[in-house]
Amino acid sequence: MEHQDKKPETIAEIRDLVTGFGDKIVLDGLSLDIRRSETLGIVGGSGSGKSTLLRTIIGLLPKKSGTIRLFGQDIDELGDAGRRSIERRWGVMFQRGALFSSLTVMQNLQFQMREVLDVSQRLMDEMAIARLQMVGLSGDDAYKMPSELSGGMIKRAALARALALDPELVFLDEPTSGLDPISAGEFDQLIGTLQRTLGVSVVMVTHDLQSLYAITDRVAVISGGKVVADGPVETMSQSDDPWVQSYFFGTRGSAFADEPRRTKRME
Amino acid sequence: MNVSEYLVLSEAEGGLELHAAGGWTSGNAGALEKKIDQVLAQASAKGRKVQIDLSGVVEFDTFGAWLLQRLRRDLAATGADVELSGLAERNQPLLAEMEEVDPQGVAKPRRRDTMDVIAEGLTGIAHDIWSFVTLFGAFIAGLLRLIARPRDFRFTSTVFQFDRVGFQALPIVILVTFIIGAILAQQGFFHFRNFGADLYVINMVGFLVMRELGVLLVAIMVAGRSGSSYTAELGSMKMQEEIDALRTMGFDPIEILIVPRVLVLILVLPVLTFIGSMSALLGAGIVAVFYADLSPQLFISQLNEAITVTHFEVGMIKAPFIGAVIGVIACAEGLRVRGSATSLGTHTTRAVVKSIFMVIVFDGLFAMFFTAIGM
Repeated sequence: MEHQDKKPETIAEIRDLVTGFGDKIVLDGLSLDIRRSETLGIVGGSGSGKSTLLRTIIGLLPKKSGTIRLFGQDIDELGDAGRRSIERRWGVMFQRGALFSSLTVMQNLQFQMREVLDVSQRLMDEMAIARLQMVGLSGDDAYKMPSELSGGMIKRAALARALALDPELVFLDEPTSGLDPISAGEFDQLIGTLQRTLGVSVVMVTHDLQSLYAITDRVAVISGGKVVADGPVETMSQSDDPWVQSYFFGTRGSAFADEPRRTKRME
Repeated sequence: MNVSEYLVLSEAEGGLELHAAGGWTSGNAGALEKKIDQVLAQASAKGRKVQIDLSGVVEFDTFGAWLLQRLRRDLAATGADVELSGLAERNQPLLAEMEEVDPQGVAKPRRRDTMDVIAEGLTGIAHDIWSFVTLFGAFIAGLLRLIARPRDFRFTSTVFQFDRVGFQALPIVILVTFIIGAILAQQGFFHFRNFGADLYVINMVGFLVMRELGVLLVAIMVAGRSGSSYTAELGSMKMQEEIDALRTMGFDPIEILIVPRVLVLILVLPVLTFIGSMSALLGAGIVAVFYADLSPQLFISQLNEAITVTHFEVGMIKAPFIGAVIGVIACAEGLRVRGSATSLGTHTTRAVVKSIFMVIVFDGLFAMFFTAIGM
């Protein structure tokens, strides 16, 4: 792809980030870059702080120290207006979808459009249906309530909502958790396709080895509150971190490590 | 860049030319849409060749892609022969994606008309009565099963509910009934004094509290306090599939969740009614002594003369039935909660409103019944 031939531009820069709850330090001096138009996978054991990192970047958790620069701006130096304009440039898909349960799928997708953009109702309706069809739902699902959707459909609708304003950066929190392997594979492909067509940067927190092999350009492994390995998934074998070794080359991981890349789920 | 330059129309040899430029993105979508409509109104593209040149487009996202696709379709619909050129390579897939989008194919759900609303209302009422009756039946059946095998009775859960809806409700019940009793007496003394009928105030307060007010006040407080929490609890358990989980483990949710709750209300309501009534009489007595300057002995002897055991019975007999009504309505509403947060709120409100309404209806029925049998 042509936009990957250029030297990748960094759109988020995290330096020496420390986050914790009370006395417990979860992230201890973590540094990480997110580049434009890449798919970055964040992995780590349960409780290693993957979700904490995600929540700190998007501002749901306060940080104790360190700097976070998003789209070239230090978030500490932003006022309310600056903060809001940055929030419009990213989309977040929560683990369990977090669709507003009292609104239809259509209204969920239009929620941000209605507040932020000055566009006609007709265009919003068409965009919502276009988004739904892009994520593999049918336009008729637009008028359903979230409680009428299956788990996989909720994930797709949540992804569609995260993309509502055409963000430059999308955060996905465990996008394939709770899906069967076939749906998970389809979802990976969907993310891959959307990433290519829209050119967005995707940051996904995941436990799913298949996702890592199938769609990520780069993987960051978090352990002990720091990034212990960072690079394409094939380079993970060079890491001597014991967690990385057992995760990628343990009984479950080694099944993927030997096969050629990006073919796992495609056919 | 000015909005007018996003899309420029010009006549060309053999047809029309449209030059798109600038940012075809979400932020400009509103302005772009108006501009496109304006251009479409100007152009008489019917049957002509239309060349859309996109080489000036610097930014392009889904909004822009869809607007372009829509423009292309609208032009094609007038019979124009549309050709695109100059779209950057990287934006091609997005436009291709939009070609498959078909918003017209999506049927909007039919709007509800008045008849639908009326029909829904009526079936809703029928549904309410049905769910109330079935749950009441299920409660009785569950209770009988538990009497047959008492070892399955949830003793801990029952005690816990006793503490929650009975013991913890005491302070507020005592306080409210005390105040209402005092207010009744004060108003009575204030007005009856003109007729020299001071003493009959005690008869009035005694009757009212024993027969009607004691149980009604307590029932309304219990409906608001415990009924609503039953509905919210069961409703959120239902939303989290906890009730289904119980069922799949081979437990009967009625026996485990409903029977202890309703049973506790049946047992607790008479107790609270008794305590509430006493507290109301105490309130009235204190007003009698300090406001109306009657002696405590006089108050007690007048009360003794006015109230008979029958009055006490009339109030107390109603209490367990009213407890059952509140409990069953609250649980029935809780079990009817569906997925959304709004649904939980709606059903909780309904539980309280319906149980207070039904308490008053039952109270009326009892009043007719007791009058008929001369109590």
